[in-house]
Amino acid sequence: MRYSGFKVFTEGLTGNKGWKPVWRDPEPKAEYDIVLIGGGGHGLSTAYYLAKNHGLTNIAVLEKGYIGSGNIGRNTTIVRANYSLPGNSEFYSHSLKLWENLESELNYNVMHSQRGLINLFHSDGQRDAFARRGNAMINQGDDAILLDRDGVRQHLPYLDFDNIRFPVYGGLYHPRGGTARHDAVAWGYARGADMRGVDLIQNCEVTGIDIEGGQVRGVRTSRGVIRAKKVAMVAAGRSGQVAAMAGMRLPIESHILQAFVTEGLKPVIHHVVSFGMGHFYISQSDKGGLVFGGDLDFYSSYAQRGNLPMKEHVMEAAMTLMPMIGKARVLRSWGGIMDMSPDGSPIIDKTHIDGLFVNCGWNYGGFKAVPASGWAYAHLIATGEPHETAKRYRLDRFRTGRGIMDEEGTGSQHNLH
Amino acid sequence: MRVICPHCGERDRREFTYQGAAEILERPSPEVGNDDWADYLHLRENPAGETKDMWYHDPCGAWIVMHRDTVSHAVHGGELASEVRK
Repeated sequence: MRYSGFKVFTEGLTGNKGWKPVWRDPEPKAEYDIVLIGGGGHGLSTAYYLAKNHGLTNIAVLEKGYIGSGNIGRNTTIVRANYSLPGNSEFYSHSLKLWENLESELNYNVMHSQRGLINLFHSDGQRDAFARRGNAMINQGDDAILLDRDGVRQHLPYLDFDNIRFPVYGGLYHPRGGTARHDAVAWGYARGADMRGVDLIQNCEVTGIDIEGGQVRGVRTSRGVIRAKKVAMVAAGRSGQVAAMAGMRLPIESHILQAFVTEGLKPVIHHVVSFGMGHFYISQSDKGGLVFGGDLDFYSSYAQRGNLPMKEHVMEAAMTLMPMIGKARVLRSWGGIMDMSPDGSPIIDKTHIDGLFVNCGWNYGGFKAVPASGWAYAHLIATGEPHETAKRYRLDRFRTGRGIMDEEGTGSQHNLH
Repeated sequence: MRVICPHCGERDRREFTYQGAAEILERPSPEVGNDDWADYLHLRENPAGETKDMWYHDPCGAWIVMHRDTVSHAVHGGELASEVRK
């Protein structure tokens, strides 16, 4: 079924009786060429690009819950390419280009909205850091504009510019940054993969990975044994448990990151805005809710819910930056499990076991990476060689010390990002 | 979440700083070579459920090996790192 304006119109006139489920619910087969462990954004986009770019369709995506039940349905939906380090720069630049064509690519409305992203700064030193970041973005071929105070005022007149403690000095404006409807990204990739013959198997938890003589043979699941020539782990916050089934430990600690949404309001925040002096960033969803978040709770957790001190911090930062937000009522909050790597950058690589691949370490930035991560992971799985945009995302960089990508400059060890 | 200090009892979580997995106490000898040291520094069990991790109690300065559950956020209590390392 192809979506179009005409289809929506005719369905509207005929009682919307013609819509059908957009992916099958197949029984797992006994054997596949490739099994992907994890049916989140990255797993689904990997399956899609394996089928689309490499013509491989004898693939199963195993999801222990339902499609869209993990971080792909829990994030704050921001899409941007404002990284500065080689490795990250070209990868996220590629991802943003894929985002810009994603709707026509998938024939699915992911509501990608390039409303512009503004990272605020509040001191001369911070301005220098953002000027440098902006130059790195321009060198990569992306867009960055250094706004002064008046420049920011034209975009964001509602900020407390003269805050006694953290006055606004300016902002780094990334016009192509924005948001997308997170669930729709999962659904669009799921539909695209399914249409090409990939089996999406939900409620199927992997309980073991079979390895013989250093070669992966398949997986054991809650729905039986599935043999596979290649097995690709892509389990985000649960990566540690999945890797443990292969006898591996990963350079990953799982942490909790909270997000919040207010009741629906009329349009008031037209960009994605981040505070430079506390952990707070915000955008407004098309439904009207102000969607915002902050930093990790800073203790390892798998709870998908956080504690009050970080809520308090985020609310304080929000009130400091934009006092008008005090009028809005918070509707709910939730948490996602972040796979934190020591340097804050991800891993897309082979493992020491033949046919077993790993994709993890997305920290709190996995959503915008969904298209490029799938593209690069599919390339690695299909060809055995890393894609040019992701060749620095090596698993062994912590062991060798070569190619560490510490974007924040805080150090390459756990609990610093 | 309330966190338990062996000296001060149950206290507000904001009085504590999380310092990572308790695996950090199993420091290898200098002779074991780069691979074991790289594993020690970077690789983690990262358990879902019962765990032991390091917490620092800012007011009293205690380093604590905390027994905790990463799924329920239950804090069972802990012992001083100096006792564990003895």
